[in-house]
Amino acid sequence: MKINSLSDFFVTGDPLIYGADVAIGLTMVAVVLVLTLFKRWGWLWREWLTTVDHKRIGIMYVIASLLMLFRGGMDALLMRTQLAMPDMEFLKPDHYNSIFTTHGVIMILFMAMPLMFGLFNLVVPLQIGARDVAFPFLNSLSFWLFFMGAMLFNLSFVIGGSPDAGWLSYPPLSERMFSPGVGQDFYIWGIQISGIGSLMTGINFIVTILKMRAPGMKLMKMPMFSWSVLSSCLTIILAFPILTVTLALLFIDRYFGAHFFTLDGGGNPMMYINLIWMWGHPEVYIVILPAFGIFSEVVATFSRKKLFGYKSMVFALMSISLFSFFTWAHHFFTMGSGADVNAFFALTTMLIAIPTGVKVFNWLFTMFRGKITFESPMLWTMGFIPCFVVGGMTGVLLSVAPADFQFHNSYFLIAHFHQVLIGGVAFGYFSGLYYWWPKVFGFKLNEKIGKYAFWFWNIGFYVCFMPQYVLGLMGMTRRVSTYGWDSGWWEWNFVSTIGGFLMGIGFLFQVWQILHSIKFMERVSGDPWNGRTLEWSIPSPAPAYNFATIPQVQERDDWWATKERKAQGVPEQPRAPLEPIHMPKNSGIPIIMSAFWFMAGFGLVFDWLWIAIPGLIGVAGSMLAHSFNYNTDYYIPVDEIESTEAAAGRVV
Amino acid sequence: MAHGGNHAASQAHGHDGHHDQEALRMMGFWIFLITDCILFGTLFATYVVLHGSTAGGPTASELFEMPGVIAETFILLTSSFTSGLAVLAMNKGSKRGLIGWLAVTAILGASFIGLEVSEFVKMVHEGATISTSAFLSGFFTLVGTHGVHVSVGLVWMVAIMLQLSRHGINSVTKRKVNVISLYWHFLDVVWIFVFTIVYMMGVK
Amino acid sequence: MAEQHPQSHGRDAHGGHDEHESHGSLKSYVIGFVLSLVLTAIPLIVVLNDMVTGTAANVVLLGTAVLQFVVQLFFFMHLKEEKKPRFNLLALILGLVIVMTIVAGSIWIMTYNSVG
Repeated sequence: MKINSLSDFFVTGDPLIYGADVAIGLTMVAVVLVLTLFKRWGWLWREWLTTVDHKRIGIMYVIASLLMLFRGGMDALLMRTQLAMPDMEFLKPDHYNSIFTTHGVIMILFMAMPLMFGLFNLVVPLQIGARDVAFPFLNSLSFWLFFMGAMLFNLSFVIGGSPDAGWLSYPPLSERMFSPGVGQDFYIWGIQISGIGSLMTGINFIVTILKMRAPGMKLMKMPMFSWSVLSSCLTIILAFPILTVTLALLFIDRYFGAHFFTLDGGGNPMMYINLIWMWGHPEVYIVILPAFGIFSEVVATFSRKKLFGYKSMVFALMSISLFSFFTWAHHFFTMGSGADVNAFFALTTMLIAIPTGVKVFNWLFTMFRGKITFESPMLWTMGFIPCFVVGGMTGVLLSVAPADFQFHNSYFLIAHFHQVLIGGVAFGYFSGLYYWWPKVFGFKLNEKIGKYAFWFWNIGFYVCFMPQYVLGLMGMTRRVSTYGWDSGWWEWNFVSTIGGFLMGIGFLFQVWQILHSIKFMERVSGDPWNGRTLEWSIPSPAPAYNFATIPQVQERDDWWATKERKAQGVPEQPRAPLEPIHMPKNSGIPIIMSAFWFMAGFGLVFDWLWIAIPGLIGVAGSMLAHSFNYNTDYYIPVDEIESTEAAAGRVV
Repeated sequence: MAHGGNHAASQAHGHDGHHDQEALRMMGFWIFLITDCILFGTLFATYVVLHGSTAGGPTASELFEMPGVIAETFILLTSSFTSGLAVLAMNKGSKRGLIGWLAVTAILGASFIGLEVSEFVKMVHEGATISTSAFLSGFFTLVGTHGVHVSVGLVWMVAIMLQLSRHGINSVTKRKVNVISLYWHFLDVVWIFVFTIVYMMGVK
Repeated sequence: MAEQHPQSHGRDAHGGHDEHESHGSLKSYVIGFVLSLVLTAIPLIVVLNDMVTGTAANVVLLGTAVLQFVVQLFFFMHLKEEKKPRFNLLALILGLVIVMTIVAGSIWIMTYNSVG
């Protein structure tokens, strides 16, 4: 796009956006002031921005994703407000288009994905008895690529204009002919840059899980969350390259005038839809599989029983991660690929519901006759099960290809995928956050405020989305910003909007809960929930090296078994003597390289090669600088380990 | 306890952590290559679906000139072999042989790129550009992506040769040579399919 | 990375050490090279001289390409030397299944959706 004046560069004309500009400006000034006043710049750089410690990277992921949850949630509430008063033009139609686009992209790619990666980082190495992930440098790079990608995407809000072609940006609408602005290029580069990070995280955790388990932890003794991470990461490495290519082709169309998905020159927009869903469908399993792992851990811990059907659970997780690649066409039954194609993909979609159902029964049987207690993590799990069952059932309804011609792109679909994504993914990650929060920070979150948060979210969810099933059956299609009074849709929309705001209040309760719990912090032991797996055998928060001596695993829920042996008076195995621990050094290269990626992306968005080319040169230079650096590690001496362990009240 | 012995062994083994790290990196790189397979697979799928959509522009059989392509193919095949010879020289501990064979590989790779670029330039001069038709968009993107991979490999290979001359053969440089040769063989495999599906099936 | 012994089943503590040293011999590289030259020459001679055409030509082309892939895997990439558990082999098979799904699935789905 040609930039002729500042008003082409900065987004103008909408009071909502001016308000956001002011808020963003003030926040940035405040952050800079606080850091300068308290002389925290050096600390921030040394302890956080350059860290390669999986625990700190995990915390940064969680913070970033909660900020993105706020932004995505605001988008949702703006849309709901518009739909509750369809005639008021609270949002103009083109503004509404950008908001439903950014809501979708942010919630999936910049909220769910990083929150998931945050949990991977916080938990997996501790759970398998490792001292870090396989590639700590790469881990830091993954985080910063995600962060810079997310920032680039969000920048479109104030500079250049937001993308507005839907969260998957179907051509021909997303081609230059119909979307000449830069919003679409922000979309491509924001996702592309963070996507590289996701791919590398996938590789990192696969190698970590396959190769770095504590001695004795055979694969079939591994905790279920780690299994779910393995299955999710396998899906990531197989699916994300497809996304990378698809978006690259769209970019080549827009930038070089190629004809992959255009209406002229022999291009075929339907090929894009085919390709993007080859990634898009596995993507929803990528985010839900770790939630299944979390529920498995939580259900076992709070029922004080070992997980029912461990092997069937492993089989279900792994088969879902493979099968998720054979169902993609059910997203476009109406495209006209023929009866054979539709029949095949309807069948595979119905089949994939089976392993999912198996898991629900496993959780129910785990609870059966258990001594269940209802702390926050368990509460979210209990909220999840009925919600996900209903959401899954409506999914099976949608998989019936002939019926889908009625449901397609209606609010019935919207209600379905929000039910599995909120009821499954969001509730699951919340459950995981509450469960592992004391391990990460050394204190629990306030239970009472947490209960308010839970009930507001849970009731709000049903109030918001049950009416949308009805609206879908009444014929309301997605992505409309207004409707006539004669349609009879207003009452249902109004109720739905109330539900949306109830969930918003639930989120505010969570913010209050975190602040309140920090203020009235009560330190907890290493094992506050009476847990079952290795992460609970070390202090909370875990020391930099995680395990002073690498544990020797004997059983499936090894920490639980250790505690039982102790209770029976079986003498403990003598611990191996302490040895200096080999650790990776912090590095500034990941954040610098990612900043260069940001530059390159920004330059390509505006077609300013004087920014893009130096950015790309910077990326290459950072890679070479890393390659030539042979001074990457150090040892923690034994006396330092001893004093750290002693400070945590532990004898070694 | 059954695992006790193993445990003691791994503790004693502890200080040699570097070597294990290099094994992890080899595995990580292998998995990266799998993702690259999928990347190329997607490009192939796009090419195959769109290759008939020439939109009135030149078709494959009108455009491709096989002598140059055959030369490229044999050059790349040979370079895959010489990168293997580099690994053999390394395993024998010969630093000079290693750097020498890497240099031969890089020169072959550079001539492959040279031929490919001149092929592209010629096509563009004939009016067959990336924006001529969906077929040519697919062609330039698929073949060009392979070319970019080879070019990145060249820069990387030179960087490794510099590191070898500075640090000699140790567990880290050894892993890097193993990785680049694996990468090079992989690019050869991809080229075989480019050669077969794009060129041979295009002109037959 | 922290000092950590990579765990795997049935692998003796020092098994990993010999992995790189045992990679291939001159003989296996030469055999691989000769085979790949031959497998490239066959389609060139057979197809460019129109000795086979149509579907048969496609079969010859794809068949020799796949064989050459296998040659590279075994003689250059030393796939068969991998120690158990063979995660690399598993990952490769999985990747190839997905690649086949992408290519075959796209062709199938787009058959009726071609603009022409």
